[in-house]
Order: sequence, then structure tokens, then C-alpha cells
Amino acid sequence: MPIIDFQGKQIELDDDGYLVNLADWTPDLATDMATKDGMTLTENHWEVINFLRDYYQKYQIAPMIKILVKEIAKSMGPEKGNTKYLYELYPAGPAKQACRYAGLPKPTGCV
Amino acid sequence: MAKEMKPNEIIQSINYTPPAKPWMELPVEIKPGMFCWGAKAKSLNILGLPNARDWNPSHEDWKLPENWKDTVLEGMADRLKKYRSFKLFMDICVRCGACADKCHFFLGSGDPKNMPVLRAELMRSVYRRYFTTPGKLLGKLGGARDLDINVLKEWWYYFFQCTECRRCSVFCPYGIDTAEITIMGREMLNLLGLNIEWIAGPASACYMKGNHLGLEPHTIKSNVEFMLDDIETVTGIKIDPPFNKKGADILFVTPSGDLFADPGTYTCMGYLMLFHELGLNYTWSTYASEGGNFGFFTSNETAKRLNYKIYAEAKRLGVKWILGGECGHMWRVLNQYMDTWNGPADFLEVPRSPITGTVFENAKGTKMVHIAEFTADLIRHGKLKLDPSRNDDLVVTYHDSCNTARGMGILEEPRYIIRNICNNFYEMPEDTIREKTFCCGSGSGLNAGEDMDLRMKGGLARANAVRYVQQRYGVNMLANICAIDRAALTTSMNYWCPGVGVTGVHEMVANALVMKGEKPRETNLRGEPLPAKGGEGNV
Repeated sequence: MPIIDFQGKQIELDDDGYLVNLADWTPDLATDMATKDGMTLTENHWEVINFLRDYYQKYQIAPMIKILVKEIAKSMGPEKGNTKYLYELYPAGPAKQACRYAGLPKPTGCV
Repeated sequence: MAKEMKPNEIIQSINYTPPAKPWMELPVEIKPGMFCWGAKAKSLNILGLPNARDWNPSHEDWKLPENWKDTVLEGMADRLKKYRSFKLFMDICVRCGACADKCHFFLGSGDPKNMPVLRAELMRSVYRRYFTTPGKLLGKLGGARDLDINVLKEWWYYFFQCTECRRCSVFCPYGIDTAEITIMGREMLNLLGLNIEWIAGPASACYMKGNHLGLEPHTIKSNVEFMLDDIETVTGIKIDPPFNKKGADILFVTPSGDLFADPGTYTCMGYLMLFHELGLNYTWSTYASEGGNFGFFTSNETAKRLNYKIYAEAKRLGVKWILGGECGHMWRVLNQYMDTWNGPADFLEVPRSPITGTVFENAKGTKMVHIAEFTADLIRHGKLKLDPSRNDDLVVTYHDSCNTARGMGILEEPRYIIRNICNNFYEMPEDTIREKTFCCGSGSGLNAGEDMDLRMKGGLARANAVRYVQQRYGVNMLANICAIDRAALTTSMNYWCPGVGVTGVHEMVANALVMKGEKPRETNLRGEPLPAKGGEGNV
């Protein structure tokens, strides 16, 4: 599996570029991953990333997309509580792209 | 990662002209987009499977043990002794070719090694060489070849390009079950740690936490509670479903995908609403929280270990029988293997519907009833108040999941339900449904992200039939009773048939279900406005 050198630390990624060890995550690393995808993380992006990380701490998995949508509606207003808004923020899909920046593993199974 | 192919690129790439060279002389080429990542050390270690290490199938070195060849051949000898079906299937093929063009992977790729006969021949050639006298004496002339590293890689590549759907078996005059050949192939590959991560990851999560996604008990409860809020918004009814309830009559088990990913979550809401309306004395389990079994795509032994928890939980909770949700391969396992693997479940009763009194004689052995049988029986006895016009915005077709159709003969029940819950139902062409149904293209653990070209090629045959009814009848919804279908067909429809959605049958049941004390419904479970009454405003 690929290993990247980031700020003097060896960080292991899986074949799809997700962190192998959640503990390796730093905000700088998220910013770096986004920059490599040609993206700039705004406050709105961070809102999603922070929620994903908090949720993961509690539930050991990424939230259902429904839960994420509702949470965003709560914190950022009902007009942003939809999947369309999330896809505008994360064009490759909130489940995939935002989870990767947040350092979460990819859900697998019948999904 | 290679760039994913576009639909027209796939169509243009299909070439059914066989190569000029004999197949044995064409070495395997591991193409990006056509294979899944190798199983990680972490997952194999959890399952206690051999040769756990991180490896990459696109690299030359697969990090195999030195004596790998002996391991495979000993593994083959063991299985030939243990499974008479395997020995028979190795011996009796006459290579008539009836199966050749029945495989969705061959139809979508044109690769001759995706013809079921040739995929099996990849293994038969090795069987002949080491286990038959003519093969030992005549070698290549007798259709035999040595097992070397290229042959092993070819096995891996093509046994993970088969979804074990068994469509080819329907057409085989000898009744050879080609899925069993793939199953044996994967068993032998697993002796060397050559699984894929999309299977090993979920299987290890299931072994640790009871379900493929690795949902912990409080996560399951929280997800269900979230769905209950949505149900209350739509119906005004507050549901309080039982979890891990001792002394319930029925244990309900469903694939964990229904508890996590859309559109399966809507199907899950459907189960919750139906059981509430019936006042069913049942329970969810946060331990036996997976109906599916990715162990089945690994080895029989792994499948058996993962399946064990269902009976164990039924015993612990003291239920009478088990009801199972909408899943595909789960039912092949339950219907054809569970009784001998983990049974006899003589501590359970022959399933009897507490609502209709119907005794499910067909489930006398396993004590497990498929929810399509259960609901069809309810409708047949007039126990549900249904308003099919609530589904009037849908023009529906039904995809038979391979495993429920070919693995247990559930053909009429889902159709009977659909005809009672919606007014617009059209069948796909007859060679593509029922026993002859085409696979979604992503079954048997191949529904990963990195093999998207393979999945979309494999999904073409099914999608082509959907497209036919889409163009002819305006079909806009593809119903099914399988969690892999709900995930895989959503992707495949977006790719091949934009405008066609995917739904579980029980999502439509719940939308049509008139519940006691409900408020006038304004939206369906997805929060979309219901069609206007009188059949107008929705066409």
C-alpha cells in the first residue's frame, strides 16, 4: 500500500487513498489531500469534515447520508440540507471524498 | 486508477470474434478497472485465513508462499474427495457451448475466458493434468496444462469475474453448476490469501461485529431511530421497534446494507412500518445483524462460521422461527446450506404466520421464511389495506435476484405483491427474467469501486432489458428483493438507463400501506410528493 511522506511523517494510505490509521489525521493533511485534488477547503467543507469526524468517534462508521443531510440542514439552514448541496461541495460524492479528507475508512458491503 | 470507461466506449469495445491463438497460449492480462483490490492482511488475520499480507494484484509479486503450488493441488485433492458435485462437474462437461453466450460478463466484454465453459476449463485443464490418467499422459493434447504462476493469476482474475449467478447452469444440458466451480476456485485461492478486500473486509467486519458494514449495536439503533423519525414525518405514526427482545415470536434478520445505504434504508422503513401495522411480536437483533454472507464468496468454512450466529441468536432469544429480509445470496445460503451447516434447528418451530395461520411447509427444514413469501401471504388473505394509487407515479419492472430466483424459486411472490401495490407493472423480455434472469453484474462481492468497468460491462445485459421496457412502456422504477441489487443497480441504471430508479419491494409496500391512525400522506418515504389522485398529474 502507498506510503506518503507528510510533514516529516510516514503516512500509510490504502489503495483508494484513504488513511489506514485514523490517528494519522491532521487538519493540514486534509487540506493537502484536497489541494492535490485541485480543491480549496472552505468553512462549509470543514463543517462536513468536522461532523464526519465527530460522528465516527461516536459510532465507528461514517453516517448514513440521510443523517449527514439532516445535520447540515440543522447547522447551515434547510436550503443546504440536501444531497445536491453536498455534491456541490464534494463533486466526487460526500461519502467518498469527504470521508477521505476526514480520515475515515470507506464503508464496504452491500453499499 | 485507470479512467472509467464511458457507455459508448464499452459498447464499441465488445468484440465477439475469438482470438486466432488457442486460449492456453494467451497469457492473462490483469487490466485496471476489471479487478478488485487484494485482501488486506488485517482482514485475513481477523478471519484466521492463511498468508495474510498486504498485496497489490497489479504488481508482479503476489507475495505467495514458496510451496503455493502444493497447497493448491492438495486443496484441490481435498475438495474432489469432499464434494462429489465438484468431481462430477470437473468430469462431465462435453464443451457443447450452450452456456457460452449466457454469461453477462461474456456478453458485456466479449472476452472468451468469460464464457462459463472456458472459465471452468481454466480449472479443468489443471484437474486433468494432476488428477486424470489421460491428462497426465497426454498433457496439452488431452486438454491438460501445468499449474504455474500465470495459470494461478488467470484463475484469480476470472474467478473474480464471475458473480456466481448460475444463469449458465440453467442452460447446461448436464446441469453443471458453474457457480460451484467458481466457489471451489475461490476456496483454493483463499488457501493462498488471494481474496479481494471488498469480500474479506465485510466478512471480517461480520465476524467481529455481526454485520458486513461493522455497525455496532448503538449505531444500528441510532440508524433505525433516524428512520423512525422520517416515518413519523410521513405518516404521523411513532413506531417503537423491539431490539434483542427475549421471548419474541419471530427474529427478523436482514442485510446490513438496508440499515445504512439508500435506497435500502427505504426498504428498511418498509419492514418497520409493516411489522408495526401487523402488531407482530418480533425482534431485531444487534448481534445477528446481517442476513448476507460474504463468507460464502470466500470459502464454505468461512460462510458456515458467519452464518452460525443466526441460529445462535434465535436460540438465545427463544423465538419460534426466523423471518428474513430482502436479500439475494443470503437466501441461497439459507435455503441450500444452512440446514446442514448449522442445523438442525430443532429448537425452533415450523414457521407459521401469526396473522394468517399459514404454515410455511417449505421452510420446515431451515425455519426461515423470506419476507416476500410472508407479505404475499398477508395480501392473499386480505390482511393489508393497500392503496396502490399512491405508487401511480411509478412505472415498475421487476428484476429477479439471481439467488432468490434460481437458488430458491421465489418467482411469483414478489410479482403478486407488486401487482397489489402498484397499477403500472411491466415485465422485461422473458429470456431475461425468472429462472433466466440476468445478474445485476456486481454480485458475489464484486460491487467495489475500483472494478467499475467490469461491473458496467457485466451489468449491460440486465440494463439492456430494462432499457427495452423503459423505451416501450416508460418504466421508471426497477424493483428487486436484494440489497446488492439495490446498491449495484442504482449505479448501473445511472450509467446505462438514466431516469430509472431502484427500489426494494417493501418500500413500495409501505408507500401503499394504509396504516391505522395515519395522517393523510403527502409524500412517499423518500419525501417526494405523492402523485395526484385520479391518475392525473403524474404522467
